[in-house]
Parts: sequence; structure tokens; C-alpha cells
Amino acid sequence: MTLEVKGLKVEFPSRRGTLTALDGISLSIERGEVLGVVGESGAGKSLTGLSIIGLLEPPGRIAAGEILLEGKRIDHLPPEEMRRIRGRRIGMVFQDPLTSLNPLFTIGQQLEETIVTHLALGKAAARERALSLLREVGIPAPEARYGNYPHQFSGGMRQRVVIALAIAAEPVLLIADEPTTALDVSIQAQIITLLKRLARDHGTAVMLITHDMGVIAETSQRVAVMYAGRVVEVGPVREVIKAPLHPYTVGLMGSIPKISMEKTRLIQIDGAMPRLNAIPPGCAFNPRCPKRFARCLAERPDPIAVGARAAACWLHAAS
Amino acid sequence: MPLLSLRAVSRDFDVSKPWLERALEREPRRLLRAVDSVDLEVNPGETLALVGESGSGKSTVARLIVGLYAPTSGTVSFSGRRMQMIFQDPYASLNPRWRVHDIVAEPMRILKTKKEVGELLRQVGLAAEDAERYPHEFSGGQRQRISIARALAGEPDLLVCDEPTSALDVSVQAQILNLMTELQRRLGLTYVFISHNLAVVSQVADRVGVMYLGRIVEIAPARELFSHPRHPYTRMLLDAVPDLALSGRPRTPVAGEVPNPLDPPSGCAFNPRCPHANERCRTEKPALIDNVACHAVAEGRI
Repeated sequence: MTLEVKGLKVEFPSRRGTLTALDGISLSIERGEVLGVVGESGAGKSLTGLSIIGLLEPPGRIAAGEILLEGKRIDHLPPEEMRRIRGRRIGMVFQDPLTSLNPLFTIGQQLEETIVTHLALGKAAARERALSLLREVGIPAPEARYGNYPHQFSGGMRQRVVIALAIAAEPVLLIADEPTTALDVSIQAQIITLLKRLARDHGTAVMLITHDMGVIAETSQRVAVMYAGRVVEVGPVREVIKAPLHPYTVGLMGSIPKISMEKTRLIQIDGAMPRLNAIPPGCAFNPRCPKRFARCLAERPDPIAVGARAAACWLHAAS
Repeated sequence: MPLLSLRAVSRDFDVSKPWLERALEREPRRLLRAVDSVDLEVNPGETLALVGESGSGKSTVARLIVGLYAPTSGTVSFSGRRMQMIFQDPYASLNPRWRVHDIVAEPMRILKTKKEVGELLRQVGLAAEDAERYPHEFSGGQRQRISIARALAGEPDLLVCDEPTSALDVSVQAQILNLMTELQRRLGLTYVFISHNLAVVSQVADRVGVMYLGRIVEIAPARELFSHPRHPYTRMLLDAVPDLALSGRPRTPVAGEVPNPLDPPSGCAFNPRCPHANERCRTEKPALIDNVACHAVAEGRI
């Protein structure tokens, strides 16, 4: 198992009490597997990614749980050691490629720097590797683009450069947070294909964080659906899409517009996700759930195994 | 008679360097043609959607319609009485210092009473009491409802919606799309709906215009466009929509990117990415014939 997250709890202490942003997240990703993490804004999906790479902003802190990378705990490492893991063993891709690139250096310089920092390579070898990385992520004429600055690239090409940076040191885990959200659909499809190929060819485990179920359907083997700081359903993508177990997943799938020949009324989930300081007792989804019953108002469900899947919903409790 | 019609509307933007720099470097003025001779008609009660990727000129068309930009050439004519616009970002489009009551009442000629504002808020699924609150107290979806209430306050015939749900989460997007459809049925509204999302468009539109680099490349009734796309670009866009039905439909990989509008390709703007392009496509700009601007379609090659 490349990544294992067990019972991760992240808290933000504030003057008005402690907010629990992530409440008992458990996930795992195998070598070469793409795990999709889907949820709406505020569900905690980006926070999960940030906790794994050790970039949680204070005063946020990990209050409980473990994060294991290839069997070794990384959640309590000193910052200096964690910094060596980032980039070397965990690669990162964020939504906006411009925030990940330094506007004052050419992309060749940035790639070389990353390669020299993490791998024991000389300058000539680093350049050779940088060029082959650019070729691998599909930058046309890499020799010609090597000396270009980030602003000379289009959005899609910049995201390719960021991916090249992220995989420069052959990390075992790649965390991609909304990597296609800022891109046009046609470019989005190209980046999805690229991520899929990388996971397959290099055996990299990929955690793909996105709000877009369509992107996950195209890339991932398994998906974890998050709601209000918890994983409410996890399982093989095909099963989750075709026959969702959790009422939130049912609503989420129904509300995604599909290409249709008729104007139709979309299924909608009324209301909105609760704020962190107002999470209702019992199941966090209960005020919006069409299937709630007495137990949902009183007790918070943990994930309950249903075949290859798990759903945090009392509907699936063995009676 | 159409409610709105655009005749050969074009809009240029001056993107030249500052005058002195240009004079020193002996560079000419540079113009960017964001919208290139667009013809459109919108009939009362229908929803016309414009789709395209970034830089296709769809938002510029929206701004030309409401008069935020003047056309460089061509005419925009409107036979209704009033139009209103709904913007993408509900955080930027509401004044944070105003109470909801003042925001909603602003477009009305005669200042509306509490009762009328309350009625408008109820129509968009908010409570009359929300009029006393400020925008920051609302979520993104609720703010977009306030924008819609404000737009309705002017009793418009035409609503121009520029990516109204793009900043929202999917479950909230569904609420807003359903609300807009309901309001249209109840109030007989006409929409011009701008979006980059084909799936969203297929849920709301009666007719769809597909834009590429400032031109309409195909326009057709929604059902026809989604079942029988004709222009190679429309086909490519439809192919790129992620497949949630998991039908295993093979995806044609899309090559290339939208070209730089400052330096558009000669002939058909889509020719560098088009699998059917030939010599004629590289030299001659295709006109919109029978609702498609494509030589290959006109010649019956595809």
C-alpha cells in the first residue's frame, strides 16, 4: 500500500471553541492506482491533501490518526524531514499552474533545480532528464521551449510543466488538487489522459482531488465521496456511479447535468452543506436527507462495509 | 418578430502597446477581434445558449447585447422594453455594504415596498426576512438567488446570463438551474445563456450556438445539435465531455489548443485542429451556410 490514512482528525482551535474540519478520514491508495476524492466546497478534500503532504496551515493541527507512506508514519515528522519527502516521494499538482511556477525563472531552470535537489545528478544529466520529462508530458518541441518563461505558455501547457515538475523525482505518490478545473474541456481531456498514463507507466499512486465527478469517472479506479469533513462513501468508481449507496451520493449524482436531448428537471439536494461550527448531531447529512429516521438524528454513522464498498449511513447497518 | 437580433456584429479591442513605446519601436496598432460578424436572433420565450471555450467571444457577445460594449460594426436591435444581466461571480456582483432589500430594489423605477421585495425574494426561494441581511451572510447559491431577484425586479423581457452557475457547487447548480427554468415557465422570460459547459446547456437551452474564436460555427435547436452535431468543433467538444454513463464510449483524443486570437490562423480558425481540413479550409473563411460554418460540411465531405 503506497498511502494509508487512518482515522485522520484535523482541528482548528478558535476563540469560540475547536472546529473539527476532518473527522476520522480513512483512505488507502495502492501502487499505480488512481483514487478520486470528490466533494463540494468545504467538504474537506483539499485539507485532506494538505494534511498528507504536511502543509496544514497553523493553527490547524492533526489531532488524531495516522498517515503512512509505504508503511512508515509521516504525520509527525519534523518539518525539515517532511520537506525532503515533498517533491522527492510525494509530488503535488495544484489547480492554478501559475502559483506553482516561479515567473522569474525559465521552466528549464525550474526543472533542473528540482531534479538536482532531489536526485544525485550532474547539470548535463539533469538537463537531459528535464527534456525527457517535458517530452513525456507532451510539450511539443521541448528543446525550443526549454528557455521559455511560464507566461509564454498557455494554461494547458503550464499545467503540463507543473506535472513534469511534480514527477521529476519519480515520487511514489502524486497528489493532484483540482488539476483540470482551470482548463477548458478539450484541454481537460488531454491532462486526464496524461495523469492516467503516468499512474500506469510509473506505478505512481495518484490522489485526484476534484469537485467534478466526470473527471473521476474518466480516471480513477476507486472514489471517496466526502461530506462535511467525513468520507461518506468509498468504493470502485463504476459501482458508486451506477448504484450509489449513500443518499448524499445519490443526490450528488442526480444533480450533475448530463448531455440530454430534452430539457429536464435536475434532481436537487435542498439546503447547503453545514458550516463547521454548525454540524448537526447524528449524521451530518440528516437535515438534507430524504431518508432520515430516528437513529440518524442521534448517532453518527461510521463507514459500514457493503461488498467492495463502504458507506457511512445507517440505512446500510446490519439490522 | 425576434425579441433580439444581432446583424453582422463585430467588436475589436485595442491591445496595442502604449503610444510612446509603439512610436519608438515603429509598431503598428494591434487590434484583437473578439467577436467577428455574428448574426443572431432570439425569439420571445426561448432560451438561446452560447457555448465555447475561453477566448471564444461568448462573454463579449453577452456584453454587446446588454450594451456594456458598443459594437465596432454591425447592429444590435432589441424590440422588448427591458433587459437584465446575471453575472458569474455572486461574490463580486453584489455590493457588500448594501442590505439585500436595497440591492433588490435598486433596478426598480419607483422604489418598491418591503412587501414587493419580499415577494421577489420568495419567488427565488429566499425568505422575505432575508431583505434585512447583508450579502456576506449568504452562501454562493443564495447570493446567486439574490442576483436573480434583482434581475427580476426590473421586470425584464430578456435576461442575459453569463455563466450563472459556473462558480457554484453541483448540487447548488442544480437548484439554480431548476429555479431559472421554473421562473421562465411562470414569467415567460427569454434567456440568453452563456456557458462553457455543454451538459448544463443541454438541460436549459432551446437553441444552441457554438462559438470558436469570435465566430459562430454552428447554431441549431438543442436536440438537433446534441444528437447530430455537424461542425467538427462541435463534435470535438461533445467528445470531450466526461462520460458519466460509463458506456465505454471511445474518446477521440483532442489535439491542440485554441489559437492566439491576436494571430488567428488564416481561413477557417479551426483548421489547425481539424481532422478534415484541406487547402480551401486553410485559405478561405467559411460562411455560415445552413447554420454551419464549415467547408467540409458544405461540400458534403463529412
